[in-house]
Amino acid sequence: MATVTIADDLTPLHHPKTWIGKYVWSLDHKVIAIQYSLTAIAIGLVALVLSALMRLQLGFPGTFDFIQPEQYLQYVTMHGMIMVVYLLTALLLGGFGNYLIPLMVGARDMVFPFVNMLSYWVYLLAVLVLVASFFVPGGPTGGGWTLYPPQTITEGTPGHQYGIVLMLVSLALFIVGFTMGGLNYVTTVLQARCKGMTMMRMPCSIWGIFVASIMALLAFPALFVAAIMMLFDRLAGTSFFMPAIVSMGQQLGHEGGSPILFQHLFWFFGHPEVYIVALPAFGIVSDLISVHARKNIFGYRMMVWAIVIIGALSFFVWAHHMYVSGMNPYFGYFFATSTLVIAIPTAIKVYNWLLTLWRGDIHLRVPLLFAIGFLFTFIHGGLTGLFLGNVSVDVPLSDTFFVVGHFHMVMGVSPILVIFGAIYHWFPLITGRMWNVTLGKLHFWITLLGVYSIFLPMHYLGFLGVPRRYYALGETAFIPASAHGANESITIAALIVAAAQTIFFANMIWSLFRGPRAGHNPWGAASLEWQTPDVPPAHGNWGPRLPVVYRWAYDYSVPGAARDFIPQNEPPADGERHHPT
Amino acid sequence: MSQMLSTNAQAKPAPSGQRDIAGDWSSDQEVFKATHWGKAMMWIFLLSDTFIFSCFLTSYMTMRSSVTEPWPNASEVFALTIAGQAIPLILIAIMTFVLISSSGTMAMAVNFGYRRDRRKTALLMLVTALLGATFVGMQAFEWTKLIHEGVRPWGNPMGAAQFGASFFMITGFHGLHVSAGVIMLLIIASKVARGHYDARGDYSAVEIAGLYWHFVDLVWVFIFAFFYLW
Repeated sequence: MATVTIADDLTPLHHPKTWIGKYVWSLDHKVIAIQYSLTAIAIGLVALVLSALMRLQLGFPGTFDFIQPEQYLQYVTMHGMIMVVYLLTALLLGGFGNYLIPLMVGARDMVFPFVNMLSYWVYLLAVLVLVASFFVPGGPTGGGWTLYPPQTITEGTPGHQYGIVLMLVSLALFIVGFTMGGLNYVTTVLQARCKGMTMMRMPCSIWGIFVASIMALLAFPALFVAAIMMLFDRLAGTSFFMPAIVSMGQQLGHEGGSPILFQHLFWFFGHPEVYIVALPAFGIVSDLISVHARKNIFGYRMMVWAIVIIGALSFFVWAHHMYVSGMNPYFGYFFATSTLVIAIPTAIKVYNWLLTLWRGDIHLRVPLLFAIGFLFTFIHGGLTGLFLGNVSVDVPLSDTFFVVGHFHMVMGVSPILVIFGAIYHWFPLITGRMWNVTLGKLHFWITLLGVYSIFLPMHYLGFLGVPRRYYALGETAFIPASAHGANESITIAALIVAAAQTIFFANMIWSLFRGPRAGHNPWGAASLEWQTPDVPPAHGNWGPRLPVVYRWAYDYSVPGAARDFIPQNEPPADGERHHPT
Repeated sequence: MSQMLSTNAQAKPAPSGQRDIAGDWSSDQEVFKATHWGKAMMWIFLLSDTFIFSCFLTSYMTMRSSVTEPWPNASEVFALTIAGQAIPLILIAIMTFVLISSSGTMAMAVNFGYRRDRRKTALLMLVTALLGATFVGMQAFEWTKLIHEGVRPWGNPMGAAQFGASFFMITGFHGLHVSAGVIMLLIIASKVARGHYDARGDYSAVEIAGLYWHFVDLVWVFIFAFFYLW
């Protein structure tokens, strides 16, 4: 068998000549990454607007006539699904994964650039099908982002005719597209690293993206199968998930299906999905903290193993979303235990982030601000997760605003803060320009304080028993008037935070054209992506010769070194102590 | 110092034993040494696809054990009447035999691919594709027979409605895999025949197609066991 080695030549690279070949049908992982990111951010803005509309209704019920209960349910559903799948997953893996993997492991591109390009176009198709569901009769599905049958496909739920069909088709397309990308990410990390780049020399970002991609390849199949089976239930009249039902006074044609089966399939995807979003964020935040605190990441090996262990454990906890579903109550023992065990590797990571900051040479630049903001929201959301992981505490809190507050803190706000930090951090590499620092800091403070004033009161509402997904509280005597006041203030905060994001986009566009030149490696980072011959990196990344790596990605403030960082590709000086990694 | 600079570029003996596995995983450049990228990627894809079929089959088993009506008797439903005699599972037995045989011819094709035997490789891949097409044809026959007997995704005269639903869904999804495999085999076989791989000196595509084909056969064994023999 002929074998493939990582040859040090450029011949296999496809060099397009036209503008369309370079920027539209591009095979370059960096262009594909930007395509992925812009699409994800665009659809994410739709979800942001939907959340503002939801908050308008909750804060000022009855004021806005165009928000009827049907619309409200559609906003809830689409906001959740878009944010989790089409924004966070696509941006962290398709965007950052595509951009960073080849640069950080020292490859010229992904192993199969054409498949990589196809991945983006199928993702775009999935997004378009999703957007199309807003324009079909009946509108998009309003069954909640979990799409639980039977209610999602029975009459009375908004979008049960066409919206749900487009939603399921779009999810199936997304999974097909993601699989093509994910195979590339995993294979590139395993097989296309440069000389000297061992797995244990990879930056934490790559470890997070790598493990998350493997998890996605194993978790999305469950959603794929669930989507296909529900499509059959909806279109072919099968009864996979549909028990015998009397709806609107009529016996439906279904019999003998199991709605709980759908919940098992959905959460076998859904829980790993939380970590598919969280692990890349964990990895990226480790790098942000290390670079801007000018200190090596504390306990690198533990950080890597914690990522791997969290990834593995997350496949054994899915039914903690189903404590009140009617499944066998004894399952609760097992799933509560496995859920709480995850707190151990997660706590290792949090302590190591704090210990990395401890006595570091901290530069409070915008990316580090966002990283520290992440530490707050993540610890906060993680601690409320301990409440919800215990069956007996979870049962009264189920389906209240406490749950909404918890998961927005832990998997909404936290990854988003990391994404902001990462964009501020890598923007100089991607475009060659720096951001306006004042606007960046303003954006950070409004966002951090804003999300706290949105999601902290939600925990209080949850303790009061305010249910989530309700269009209006109506005649619920047990809810005190103070809840309404809290709802109003949450809405105002939410609108301010949403509006403040214009600072971010204005800053991005201004910097793109008018920002000061970044030059080479403005943060003084040691990892490989900053050591390219050109900034921004050219097609093929490394010029005529691939880099050779001699050390890990965290040689900051090394005693006796000339600078306060040593790039990964700098050969060791005479007499330099050999680092165990 | 020289040890520190060594980058594992030298040719190593073939890996064996736990120590070498650990060595490969902790080395630079490639975890699976001298492995075609496409082959590594195909293995990872097959792992992902395994989860798809596992979800289908697990769902089917859950459903089957919780349906409210009795499940149709497989040995009666899948029987063919030949010369006035109802023979249970005869068609499935033949289909399974055909598909397993195609794995045999595929393995031979891969073997001749290693030896760069252009003619024999192409011929054996063609035979494999023909056997696969035969399998799909017989499956179409089986579907037609069941549809004539009144089996539909939403119900059937023999018992639980979920029988037809999961039968058409799972065998259909597998049949799509076989059909895709047949197309892939034909494309690669024609490339082999035209000498495309001789020019590059790399017959890896044959082996990668073989991996997929054996996987599809293996999945069939599980479908056969869980659907027809249960």
